Order: sequence, then structure tokens, then C-alpha cells
Amino acid sequence: MFVSMNWIKDFVDLDGCDIEQLIHRFTLSTAEVEGIEYKGKDVQSVVVGEITSCENHPDSDHLHVLKVDAGSEVFDVVCGAPNARVGIKTAFAKTGGSVCGMEIKPAKLRGVMSYGMCCSAKELGISDDHSGIMELDASLKNGTDIKDIFPIDDVIFEVDNKSLTNRPDLWGHYGIAREFAALTGNPLKELQVMENPYTGDAKVDVTIAKSDLCFRYTSVRIENITKHVSPMEMQIRLYYCGSRAINLLADITNYIMLELGQPMHAFDGKKISRIVIDTPDKPFTFTTLDGNEREITTDTLMIYDDKEPVAIAGIMGGLDSEIVDDTDTLVLESANFDGVCVRKSASRMALRTDASARYEKTLDPEMTMTAAKRFMKLLHDSDDGIRFVTGITDVYVKKYPEITVPFTKKFLDRYTGIDISSDRIEETLISLGFGIERSGDEFTIKVPSFRATKDVSMQADIVEEITRIYGYDNFEIKTTYEPLLPARRTLLKTNENSIKDCLVKRYALHEVHSRIWCDPDDLKNLGLSPENNVKLLGASEEKETGILRTSMMQCLLPFVYENRSFSDSFGIFEIGRCVYGEKSDGTADERRMLGIVLYSKEKSEKSLYMLGVDIVNTIVSELKHKSVRYTKCETDHDWQHPKNTASLSVDGKDFGVLNTLHPSTLKKIAKNCVAVCIEIDMDVFDEIASGELGFAEPSRFPAVDYDLSLVVPDGVRFEEMADCWQKDDNPELSGVSVIDIYDSASTKSITIRFSFVLDDRTLTGEEVQKRIDVIIEKLGKLGVALRV
Amino acid sequence: MKQRINELKERFASELSKVTDKQSLEELRLSFLSKKGQVSLLMQELAKIPNEQKKEAGQLINSFKQEVSARFDQKLEEMKKLEEECLINSAESYDESLPENIKKGSYHPITLVQRELEDIFGSMGFDVEDYSEIVDDYHCFEALNIPKFHPARDMQDTYYLSTRNQLLKSHTSAAQNSIMHKYGKLLKENGRPIRAVFPGRCFRNEAIDACHENTFFQMEGIMIDKDISISNLIYFMKTMLSEVFERDVTVRLRPGFFPFVEPGFELDIQCSICGGKGCPSCKNSGWLELCPCGMIHPNVLKYGGINSEEDPYEYTGFAFGLGLTRLAMMKYGVKDIRTFNEGDLRALSQFVSR
Repeated sequence: MFVSMNWIKDFVDLDGCDIEQLIHRFTLSTAEVEGIEYKGKDVQSVVVGEITSCENHPDSDHLHVLKVDAGSEVFDVVCGAPNARVGIKTAFAKTGGSVCGMEIKPAKLRGVMSYGMCCSAKELGISDDHSGIMELDASLKNGTDIKDIFPIDDVIFEVDNKSLTNRPDLWGHYGIAREFAALTGNPLKELQVMENPYTGDAKVDVTIAKSDLCFRYTSVRIENITKHVSPMEMQIRLYYCGSRAINLLADITNYIMLELGQPMHAFDGKKISRIVIDTPDKPFTFTTLDGNEREITTDTLMIYDDKEPVAIAGIMGGLDSEIVDDTDTLVLESANFDGVCVRKSASRMALRTDASARYEKTLDPEMTMTAAKRFMKLLHDSDDGIRFVTGITDVYVKKYPEITVPFTKKFLDRYTGIDISSDRIEETLISLGFGIERSGDEFTIKVPSFRATKDVSMQADIVEEITRIYGYDNFEIKTTYEPLLPARRTLLKTNENSIKDCLVKRYALHEVHSRIWCDPDDLKNLGLSPENNVKLLGASEEKETGILRTSMMQCLLPFVYENRSFSDSFGIFEIGRCVYGEKSDGTADERRMLGIVLYSKEKSEKSLYMLGVDIVNTIVSELKHKSVRYTKCETDHDWQHPKNTASLSVDGKDFGVLNTLHPSTLKKIAKNCVAVCIEIDMDVFDEIASGELGFAEPSRFPAVDYDLSLVVPDGVRFEEMADCWQKDDNPELSGVSVIDIYDSASTKSITIRFSFVLDDRTLTGEEVQKRIDVIIEKLGKLGVALRV
Repeated sequence: MKQRINELKERFASELSKVTDKQSLEELRLSFLSKKGQVSLLMQELAKIPNEQKKEAGQLINSFKQEVSARFDQKLEEMKKLEEECLINSAESYDESLPENIKKGSYHPITLVQRELEDIFGSMGFDVEDYSEIVDDYHCFEALNIPKFHPARDMQDTYYLSTRNQLLKSHTSAAQNSIMHKYGKLLKENGRPIRAVFPGRCFRNEAIDACHENTFFQMEGIMIDKDISISNLIYFMKTMLSEVFERDVTVRLRPGFFPFVEPGFELDIQCSICGGKGCPSCKNSGWLELCPCGMIHPNVLKYGGINSEEDPYEYTGFAFGLGLTRLAMMKYGVKDIRTFNEGDLRALSQFVSR
């Protein structure tokens, strides 16, 4: 919102104040100022000039050569304005002066010298009217500085609308002036209004059919309006504040909206007989005054002339009842509508107007009467021939309760941590319009109606009013004194951190972040599509961008695809969230997942897969001191390899999946590449109980090693062989390691080293051989034989 | 005999000087000191000479033997040294400037910033909490004093879900209510103040460009105890931010509206680039808007089970929010916010470690 300091000065005396400093304090105490603009700075040496001669330019079909009487001197001027003619007075920029940020210099235009420039209102920066040069009142004295006639100089600052969301009272200059009054300690002047001189019984017929949506409707009928152009001062203020002059009646309603924050509407009186505020029984189409057709639903509050719709309440009037240039009768609307209803209608129609933006903030219904009286005053000031033909009709169906808040200095001191005097409390609150009953350090505070619609209702709100004017820069800052307690450390955090460290530092993987939903285009590159899952509402249907991911892989595999030329081998990971459809209570089943993808164009799939196994084993053994059981399982997703997809479990608890890629997905990534996916459910992983570290004192006697070279038949897994040398049967077996694996088309063989140790002596060869013989015998039952 | 020994001495000296390698040195040694060597021959001859000369001759042979032996050892040492020198001289001088081949992993920049902040908050006694990314309307809005149709909901374009009443967390504040319920009992029964930070991923339905993301990280913090005041809030924010930026920052508070705090503030820090004079980085204001904060709204404390209806101000507290994504951009000079979520390893692999 734009604020004019000239306008503010109508209501509070700011003589002698540093305006820029004051605006800065407004930022620190009230709302954020986004910028300051100095209007009229560019307009210099522009005076009233009378055209005393107007000849056609000898060498142009549209230029004129004028003589302009600027009071002390007459100038020759070349001018292209269509309305240039003898006898009119206009705004004349003398040479040496400036408009539009450019200096006026003598110049030759098509061979004729020109000394100065006749200006349009746009060139003075006070309007966007550029149809011709300004035509000023004939009674003005030639040579008078234009700034002595019009308030062109002004300081305009823009307030961030977002920071006014909770302050309906600041959506007009009068409310902002109250803030400046509080900041300077100067009094806020009373608003000039006019009482209705009409004494008869006639009323505007107003019926509020929906009292939950329209809280108050104030109206008056005025006739014999003969003036149609608003005063220049008003036009300039409207223009400076981002509005635009239209005609006298529309301008006054807009002016009051900017002044008080109360939106108003003037209907053409001839078109209105009886006002009804209601919602329609069925949807229909309505043409608003901007000429657009709007779909009206049954929950849109409308203003009717009896049964004919004439305006969308609080948003925009209709085309048919709009004020036009020859309107001589009006019916005024100064009303208060339900903010939520206006907001919903406005956002549904995508029609947010200055009026609806204000109603949304929950305006003070007390204001409608003041605004109506202010309207009468401003209209009468411009057009004293008007006739009031009804009294002010005021239908007031919902009054907000009066709010009083008990308050003490003690409470304030505790909440602020500093000492603010009771006198200061009283002064500040009174300057902001609050009513005060004080007894020593205790107060009963009456919240003014313009702050009571939702903004201020409790002690914490009162604290803010006092402290923001007191100034946060003036606060003494203090530490708290709390018991000394260590911060809690959660398993979730330490596990996440350890896993990230392990993957980054040991396996040189790269951590990435992705989004929680699937991108169908990304998946399409891999020949995949999103799986059925929870959806985002309002996402575009044809692109189906709104399906949440069921696996980290739906985001990580596309990343691998995008990065396929980054390096011949790399790995990425992320700890993020997936959704496994809906739980039985209908809510989304959110899971915290670790996803890892290894990619290589150099390694064999087998070695990459075994690297995946190594990663899982390392994570589990380092964080849990346990070992992982791998079980080949059914695939859940299209990208998983039907043969090499294994579930991961510890203590019988499944916590993840390891798989290679399905050939059809793999070939989409790149030629001759291999990839391995690991996905771990972090919440399940965290739940796995940690095993003991299991420290054993090393023996003082050397271990005896025994190597066995074995031929292993197809299909026998190492873990089955390991059952043949269980620790329980072989207490002296201190270590088993694989020395060599040899695979050929015909045979698969493996060399395993067994180490035996005793605490009190070295085992003899015969003892070791006896134990080895038992193992060989057991292996034999699996078909595993000694290599000859 | 004497003469023979002198001859042999000369011969040994002359042959020793010709020796260039260990093998010929060994051969020379053997020709003098082995069983059939010159010294043994001398000893055999000793038997033949007269008895009265034996003593002197024996001494001469002995001292000759010792001399040969010593010179031989000396020569051997010299040769070993020479050999080592050769080895050193012939060694390759390695090029440290060659690029190394061992691959390094990388952390996501958000992880780096998040860990740093968690360390700072941890050192100030704050617990680090986690919260889900899918939340319900109550926790994201109602419990934060944002009723249905409140205009504040317009400030955030929320992703609603097809599941009942659920949405993607639009701000980390959504965790406030749960954390209050989780630790409220300890606060009231044991007097343990609630001090917690909760980092998290947030979602807003915005068109993505260099400055806007629909998925980003925030970190929220709360502190609740008997007499927490605005003065404490300013102290804490200043201390914390000074740690974050590793310098003494100047902060200022101005009113800011957030339904879940009262009073609410926007906290600005003085621009470090211009020192507050005004520059393009701070849009000439001298200040950077950094984190919203405020005293937790009495309604929020009530919904969180901290205060009762009868005594809505028994406990007070403050809350603050930090944009982790924004901090990471400031810290690492990342200009395009899309860098964080697009998974381009050319960018992300640079964040090697801290």
C-alpha cells in the first residue's frame, strides 16, 4: 500500500520532524516500509502560462508555434498538443526548469526555436493523462509556480501488504496517521465529517437476508449531483497512491477507502429502488463493471436491487448500475461484509480487488457510519448543490463484543524482561486509541473497535502495542538462568550422521536431495511410470505430477540417469521420505528411507553387487555389531532384477532391500553399465537392538592356520557352508577367512583359512586335524568336496 | 719375512684400490684371509723360520692380518655408503601435483549447514528433534493459531494430499505442538525447560526458478520455561547468530505478523558486506531479513498442553525459524536455489566435507 505523507499531515502535525527518520521508525514499530519516493522532485520551474498566440508550424502538420505569457515574460514555444489554443492557461515549464527528470533547454524544432514546454498532467507526474496539455483555471495568475496551486511535492512510501495482514486499521491513511501520532507524541486530529441535514422519514430500503455474512449496511440517497470531476488535489493523491481518477463519485469512494480503509460503492440512484443483501438460489453469470462476465455460485454474497443483482458484495459492482458521467442521483453503500466469505469468493473468481483485500482483513463495522458521513462531507465540499433525499439508513445486525483486558505493569515486566513505567504504558495505549482505567500499576484496558475485530484480545497483544512503540532497539538484553542439563542425543540423529559419514568417507558416495513426489517425465526416460500412491491435490491431471514416491529409487534412478556422464563409476544416496500408500486409518504411511544407488561402467555387476553387500554389512556391523542375513525375494518394483533382489534382515527383522537393475531399466540408463540399489527403512533399522561389541582378550599363544581348498557345487551359498563350522561346536576357532575364490565354467572353488587358538597353549597338529576332519565331513553332506 | 710382508702390504693396497664392486672385494678378502689365503701361507712359513725370529715374525703377521682386516671392513663400509648414495641418486622424484586417483564422496550442502547449526544448538543445551514431512491440518495450522480461512493461510501455498486431512509440511512450526506435548510433562514436573530445534524439509506450491523452490529446508527452535522474556529472546538470537556467522552480529527486531507468536518479530542482521551503510546485497537498507521469531502465542502454548485455560501465562517461551536453504546459499555463495534438489553431481560433488 502506498502512503502519502501530505495526506498523513491532514491528521497529525509533523512540522519539524525528519520525515525519512519517521518512516524508518514506522518500519521498526509498525510495518515494513519497502521504499520511499519523493514526488515532484523532478518538477522544477513549472508555472502558469497563458497561450496568447497560436500559429501553425510552417513545416509540420501537427505542431503549433505558440506565444506563452509566463507572467514576467512571453516565450516562443513549439507545441504538438491537439488542445493548444489561444486563451487557455496551462502548465508551462520554463527553460532551465525540468519535468520527467529532464532539463528544459532552448531547442530548434523543425527550424523554429522553442523556449520552454507546455506540459500534460502525465509530464508533471500527477496523472497518466497524456491526451493534451493541462488546462488550468482561467483565474490563476500567469507566472504562479504550479506547486503553489497543486500539492505536487509529496513523500510517498510503500508498506509491505503482507505486514499489514493482521491490522485492518492500517489499510487507510487515518489509521497510519494514528501510528505516527503515537510515534511522535502529537495528537491525532479528528476526521471532518458532515451530519445529514435531511430530517424527513424517507429511508433507503435495505434488507440484509444473510445476517451471518453482512454485518452492517449503511446507505443514503443523494440527488441533484451536477459536478462530475473531482478536485485536482484529490486526483493527485489518488494517483500517487496507485489509484486513478475516474469521476467525482467514484473518486470520492476510492479516496475514502484509501483514507479510512472502508471500501464504498456508489450505485446510480436511478437504477436502484431497494437494496437486498443475499446469496443466489442458483448459480448465474454476472457482468462486473470491468466488463467481464463472472460465474456466481450460491455461496457468493450479492447485492440486489430488489431481485436484480447489482454488485458482488465486497468485491466489485455491476456494469449496469455503474456511475456514469451524467449520473445525478446516487445510492451509497458503506457496508461491512464477512471477511471469510469475501475472501473465498474473490479467490474462487480470481478477482482480488482493493475492496476485497480490505474486507478479508476483518474490518471494523463501526467504520461504515463514519465513512458515510465523510462521503457526504467530501461530496458536499465539491458540489454544494446536492440534495439529501433520505436519512442515513443503517442496518447493523452484528456488533462485535467490546473487549476489555486486565493488565499490570508486573505482567509486562515479566513478559518483556525489562522495566517500562506505568506512565509510559498509559501514554502509549492512549495514543493508539485504547481506553484506559488505571489504578497505580494496574490497568483495565478497553480495546478500540478498530483493533477489536480479531487483532487485539489478550494481554500478549497489549504487550506488543507497548513494546513496539517503546522500541525493540531500546531493550536491554539478558540471558536466561536455566538448570545445567545436557542436550538429549537421539539414536535417529546419531545413526543418520554415522551412516552419512560412512557412505561419504569410506565409500566416497555423494549425498543428494530430491523431491518427495515422482516426476513422470524423469521416470519415462527409464521406461518407468509412477506407482499408485497418495496424490497431491490440485496437481495438474494430464501431467500427473502429483503422485508421491513409493521408493527413493523413483528419484535416485533418474538422478543416476542425468549424471551418467559425470563419471564412469559413482554412487549417490539420500535419507528421505517415501509413502507406502495409506494406513488403515486412512492416513499416509510415511517412511524414512535411506536410498543408495551404485553405478559403474567399469566394474562387473557382480563386483558392484558385492560392494553393495559390503556397504550394508559395514553399516550394520559398525552401528549394530550384528551381521546381516540376505534372502532372495520377490520384486516389488519394475526396476528390480527378478533374480538378484534380496531382502536384508537382522534378528529376523526385514529392514531393507538390495538389488541389481532389471535389464530393461538398465539399458535405458546407458550401454554397458551396471547399477545396484540399496534401500533401507531407517525407522526399522533404528529399532534393531545393538549387539554387544564382544571384546575377547587375545591369546598369548599363536593361532594355528589351516587352509582348505574346496570345490563347491552350484547353488550352495557360503552361509550354508558356514553352518558347518559354527562357533558353538568349535570354541577354539578364532577366525575364518576366504583366501581365494576361483570360478570357471565347470567348477566353482574356494579356499578358506581356519585359525584355531587356545588361551593356555598352542594346539597340536593332530588336534587341529581332528577338528578340520569334522568340518570336512559336514561339508561333504552339502556336496562340497576337497579340491584334488 | 719382513720384506715379504711389506710386499704383500703393497700388493693388498694396490689391489684394494682397484676394487669397484663387492664381489671382487670378497675375492680379494678371500685371497688374503681365507684358509688358503696369503696370511695363512705366511703362517705356514712361520713354522720354517728359526725359533728366535718366530716371535717378531708372528707379531708382524698378526698386525698385518689386523691391518688387512680393518682396511677391508673400511672399504666395505665405503662401498655400502656409495651404493646407498647411488640408490638415492637414482631414485625418482615424485610429482605431488599430479591429480590423485582416490575418489572422494560429498555431503549435501544442507547437511553441512544443518550439522553446524545442530552443533551450535547442542552446545547451548538444545535437543535436536525430527518430525514427519506429511502432517495434518491440525498440527500445521490449527494448533498454531491459524484457523480455517485465516488469511495467513494465503501466505503459504500448501500442498494438500489425497489422504484424509493431510498435507506436506509447509513450515517446520508444524512440529511445535508435538514437541510441547512430548516434553511438557518434564517441564511441569521436573522443571526441565523445553529447548529444542527441529530441522526439516518443507514444501510450498510455487513455480520453481533461481530464487524459488517448492522443496526447501528450515530449522525451527523453541524455548519454554517459567519466565522467558522478549529480552531473553533478543539475547539468545544475537548469541546464536554470532556463533553461526562467527562474528559479533548486530541484530534488530521489528514487528512481524505470524499467527503463532505474540508479539511476533522479523529479525534483521546488519549487512556484513557494507557494515550497515547500504549496498546492493541488502537492497540499500543496511539490514538483511534473516529469521522470523517471537514470543509463543498463548493459544499455541495452550494447545500444546503447556498452559491451562485458567493460567494462560504460567509458562512463556519464544520460537524462531531459520531458512537452512537460504543460509546454505549465503554460506557457500550458491546463486541458484535449484542446485539443491536437482542432483547435479558436478555441483554437489564439490561439497567434499567440512
